[in-house]
Amino acid sequence: MTLDFASQADYLLALLPEIVLSLWAMLVLMVDVFQKGNRVEASRPVVAWLSLAGLVVTAAANGWLLTIEEAAVTGMVAVDSFRVFVNFIVLIAAALAILISIGYLDRRGINRGEFYALLLFATVGMMLLGAARDLILLFLALELMSVALYVLVGFDRRDPRSSEGALKYFLLGSFSSGFLLYGIALVFGSARSTNLSAIVPLLPSLQESPMFLIGAGLLLVGLAFKVAVMPFHVWTPDAYDGAPTPVTALMATGVKAAAFAAFIRVFAVGFAGIYNEWSVVLSWLALLTMFGANLIALTQGSVKRMLAYSSIAHAGYLLVAVLAANAYGAAAFLFYLLVYTLMTAGAFGIVIANSRGANELNKLDDYAGFGWREPLLGAVFSIFLLSLAGFPLTGGFIGKLYILRSSLEAGNVELAVSLVLASVISYFYYLRVVVVMYMRPAPAEEANRTVLLTGPGQLAMSVSAVAVLALFFVPGWVLDVAQRSVASLFTVPGTFFGLGP
Amino acid sequence: MILRVQQTAETVVAEAQAGAFEPILLGLIVLLPLIGFAINGVAAILAARTAERRRWSSSSHHGGSEGEADEYSNETHSVMDAEPTGVVPWTHRLPSLVAPGVMLLAFALAVANLFGMMGVELEEPIVRTYWSWIPVGELQVEAALQLDQLSLLMTLVVTGVGALIHLFSVGYMSHDPGYPRYMAYLNLFVFFMLVLVLGASFPVMFVGWEGVGLCSYLLIGFWFSEKANADAGKKAFIVNRIGDFGFLIAMLLIFVDLGALGYVEVFERAPQLDYAGPVVTAICLFLFLGAVGKSAQIPLYVWLPDAMAGPTPVSALIHAATMVTAGVYLVVRASTLFAMAPAASLLVALVGAVTALFAATIGLKQWDIKKVLAYSTISQLGFMFAAVGMGAYVAGVFHLMTHAFFKACLFLGSGAVIHALHEAMHATHSHADAQDMRNMGGLRRYLPITFATMAIATLAIAGVAPFAGFFSKDEIVGAAWIGSAGELPLSQASLFGVGGGTWMGMIAILLSIAAFLTAFYMGRLMLYTFFGPNRTGEAERQHLHEVGWTMSVPLIVLAVMSTIGGFFNVDSLVPIVNLFSPFAFGGDAALHNWLHPVIIGAEEVWASNTAAIPEVHHASWPILLAILVGVAGLVLAAVVLKPQLLGTPEETPAYEGNLEKVLYNKWYVDELYQRIVVRPVWGLSRAFYSVVDRGTIDGIIDGVLGRGAMLLGLSAGRVQTGQVNTYAFIIIVGVIVVLGSIVVM
Amino acid sequence: MLPLNAALFLSAILFAIGTAGVVVRRNAIILFMCIELMLNAANLAFVALSPYAGIDGQVIVFFVIAVAAAEAAVGLAIIIAVFRHAESVDIRNFSLLRW
Repeated sequence: MTLDFASQADYLLALLPEIVLSLWAMLVLMVDVFQKGNRVEASRPVVAWLSLAGLVVTAAANGWLLTIEEAAVTGMVAVDSFRVFVNFIVLIAAALAILISIGYLDRRGINRGEFYALLLFATVGMMLLGAARDLILLFLALELMSVALYVLVGFDRRDPRSSEGALKYFLLGSFSSGFLLYGIALVFGSARSTNLSAIVPLLPSLQESPMFLIGAGLLLVGLAFKVAVMPFHVWTPDAYDGAPTPVTALMATGVKAAAFAAFIRVFAVGFAGIYNEWSVVLSWLALLTMFGANLIALTQGSVKRMLAYSSIAHAGYLLVAVLAANAYGAAAFLFYLLVYTLMTAGAFGIVIANSRGANELNKLDDYAGFGWREPLLGAVFSIFLLSLAGFPLTGGFIGKLYILRSSLEAGNVELAVSLVLASVISYFYYLRVVVVMYMRPAPAEEANRTVLLTGPGQLAMSVSAVAVLALFFVPGWVLDVAQRSVASLFTVPGTFFGLGP
Repeated sequence: MILRVQQTAETVVAEAQAGAFEPILLGLIVLLPLIGFAINGVAAILAARTAERRRWSSSSHHGGSEGEADEYSNETHSVMDAEPTGVVPWTHRLPSLVAPGVMLLAFALAVANLFGMMGVELEEPIVRTYWSWIPVGELQVEAALQLDQLSLLMTLVVTGVGALIHLFSVGYMSHDPGYPRYMAYLNLFVFFMLVLVLGASFPVMFVGWEGVGLCSYLLIGFWFSEKANADAGKKAFIVNRIGDFGFLIAMLLIFVDLGALGYVEVFERAPQLDYAGPVVTAICLFLFLGAVGKSAQIPLYVWLPDAMAGPTPVSALIHAATMVTAGVYLVVRASTLFAMAPAASLLVALVGAVTALFAATIGLKQWDIKKVLAYSTISQLGFMFAAVGMGAYVAGVFHLMTHAFFKACLFLGSGAVIHALHEAMHATHSHADAQDMRNMGGLRRYLPITFATMAIATLAIAGVAPFAGFFSKDEIVGAAWIGSAGELPLSQASLFGVGGGTWMGMIAILLSIAAFLTAFYMGRLMLYTFFGPNRTGEAERQHLHEVGWTMSVPLIVLAVMSTIGGFFNVDSLVPIVNLFSPFAFGGDAALHNWLHPVIIGAEEVWASNTAAIPEVHHASWPILLAILVGVAGLVLAAVVLKPQLLGTPEETPAYEGNLEKVLYNKWYVDELYQRIVVRPVWGLSRAFYSVVDRGTIDGIIDGVLGRGAMLLGLSAGRVQTGQVNTYAFIIIVGVIVVLGSIVVM
Repeated sequence: MLPLNAALFLSAILFAIGTAGVVVRRNAIILFMCIELMLNAANLAFVALSPYAGIDGQVIVFFVIAVAAAEAAVGLAIIIAVFRHAESVDIRNFSLLRW
């Protein structure tokens, strides 16, 4: 089927996955209300499973998008395989977040149906973010995602940390939205359109316009904030630390994936014509992010917070792929994003699992002997940590190898070498957790030790771990798909994807 | 996932040329240890569950963490403790069968392949492709194995020595509560080692390279409750990261400059590079950095002595016979590249020779029997690097092989000694150090088999004819003398403005001194351990006895190999050595002929880039000198050292005089690294983190970072204050920088 | 009609005031108002630019107003939740999460 967007109804088809998921989220809200007798009661498990089913249906609709072609690539909404790939990553992230929250919400006494509905709405925002070819759609998607997330971060109202994290995230998030919006206004003023496909042909003439360049710079800031690039990362450790852990997992994976997809669409594809203008400063930010985040992560005593810094460091690695600005870079980016989503969501899942009563045990010392007490989860956690460090035998290694290769292809040797050095630093803190898990005996008092992760959650973690390993041994299949997915980005008329060959 | 079996063009060509020979179950050789790992791993998990349950139930009785400390203590305790109940659970019996079993099967398959390959003149390696591993763009990497003379030889060593050490471990470790886990790790190690040596491309080798490292850390930290052991594991891990960084960069450079990563393609295209040019030199230096990390050469050797914290059979297998020789294997494998980079090659030789001497000096004054052997291993690896650096690739591989025999024998022998001492001390609840030679003495009466086998291995390592080490070590030192006479291709190269011949003369002298010291410290080890009066203690002495058959059989086999291993490569052209020609296995210079197809690429490079060499002239005086230093070292030890005067650790100070103190403290290199590397990195990260609010200013000053880092810390450490205003301010600063840069660009 | 440059200048000034407010003010509600000021500065720019750049600019403003309203609802709710814990809306009091 071919969509030409001549009729507005075509947008309904182009947005089918998002529409399905939005309706489903409302359904979840309704079911929750009618399922429970009064408002203080916890939600029934069926709500969580219903939400998961919604994600599955959306994934099916998303897969259906592959059969659709666009007549021209000028629509607000991209219907290409890049979007489909990103959508799948976002849906996987959301599904993992739901799976690890099942037992967690009950123990914390915050099992409310809104949680799942909000999570689904945030997912809709992320999916739109990966599809936006118009800056205004990008802004709306970003806000849809963020507003839902502000609530989710503060969902545990009784926990002062959760509320504080929400406040900081909210204030700084809307602060950065202000920059983004002002950037859009300036771009709109100088290019007379907010549609990327309309802006691209004008780039040669806009190159000299300070108004446009400042607008592009503010856009860069707004997106850099969402993907947590230093120094725009300041909100990240606090919000990640305060949020309920499933929400942290979603923010570290889905949000980052979607915002990075927008980054690629706007900068690597849309603004490729002014690559020289934005690449230098972004290279410096990537260097700062890789080294700064890894060095700070070394000093963290809380595993959850350490993982927050780790996710910042990974934003740096992904930026290296964006900066390569070639087809390999984009493919490496998609591949790494998939591995990253699996291993990061998995790692946060284990953070949930290690608990006493209803509380997570986040301190490094709390992991002493964990590997022996929970052989399965310990092994799974080790796989995730080693993969995050980029150890061979895990998908993280292949991902890094690909980013390195694309970076060398683009001639960014200094970024490639820095990436390797930065990940050498990261070995220290990832490995420290493994060492503590296996090589330090557990403290004597073991009462109340619980595993907050329910059976389905543990299964999901195990499947993710197996997938991370499989992505090392047989990555060819996913790499193939990733390559074909980015091929569609080239069809944007008037752009040249990257300056390399 | 989809497994796609692809036959590349090269594979087909290789097979066509291979003629009649078909590798026999090549994949299965690699797979067998993995199967063993899976079975033992399941047993380990089940055993851990049981132990956990028992610990829970017992701790409820006498509520305590003390049980923990007893259960997994250091080597001195845990070998004997454990399993208070008389019944051996199946989780402990199964690995005894499975682990050595898979190794023996793998060895049998390797031998079958050897006989198959001996029948044909195999000129090209056989590549078996299993699936397409990384198939994107020009970077096509297959999951493929390569069988050629070198990889088969390495496979024989790994599976053969490995099988013996697995068998030894059955006796040595079966009482340990973590026995199934240990066997699982050991099997996994062999799997990765086989991937390393059999892989058909650099990335596949890298997988094995990292895998063996991982298993090494797991086994070093096996008795994890000892903090020192866990630290040693971490140290090994981190030092090896530096080496891996080199390997990775080298791989990327190879790919960028040659467009391939498979051995066959890379070595075919390597001669296209500029001879002695910067590119190939950089590749080789980075590869060598990887080798230095893995094979414990200066300056990255510091992890290996600490790695002795692991169980002794692990030291024998991983830290002496196989894994640490991977660096030598890497250089030989990439010999075509190294031949293209003569300066890098000379550097390899030089680093090897200096390491050989340096480590030997430290070995002189260690009291821990395993530490002596650890420094000895570093020193012997130095010999191998000196050989391959000088272009004497076969000599390096030859020494690698004989070293695997005699060093494994020595380590296992020391394991038997420790085991015996330990059992005796356990019986009397003594807490003396079972690894300190000052607690030994006169053990030949109590451990006759161990003594005999270790004595043979000592003669071999000292280079006494006709034991294995004599042939291999003399080939290396002989090559250095030949090179100094200008008769090796590398004699024409130069490094730092000094000619290759001069360098090789210095290398020959360094190696000769190192060989002398080797004989001396090994003589010292034997004297203090097996001669003189026994110092173990009156009560303990009653409990000293020889080890069981599972431990003595591997010792005897290895001693036999240490005796005859040298006859695999008797060169009739070399005077004195040719006296042994009648006993040579497989004809004249068998190993040379066998490995010739592997190093032919290097020879072709030399042939087209260096002036022709006049006929090599073998003199007899270097051989006589080599025999002399070996015997002299042993004799000097016997004359100078007085084991009958030695006392227990309480009575005998660790060192006397300044020189001894420096040697005992290993030239203070660990302390130096602590000061110039570890503390600054740690300090930098703390500086980045928080300074003011946490009151960690002292910590920073401790970090010896000085004012620069203080200022860096003050600015960067301020970042995460928790204050929204501060955060907003940081964002604004970022915005200004970004906008400024974009507009200026 | 107001010249474009004057309108844009005003919008830039408003934006800068809002930005500065976020950095220097301590009251969470005032902070939030400063952020609203930034959004409205952008709105002003859109409206001012729309005669030159197209009617889209005015449409966008409506979207932004809607988004700002949603943000206000959520933001005030979060501030109330925080107030319950700290009995204060002074952001200097919120530093449980740091370092």
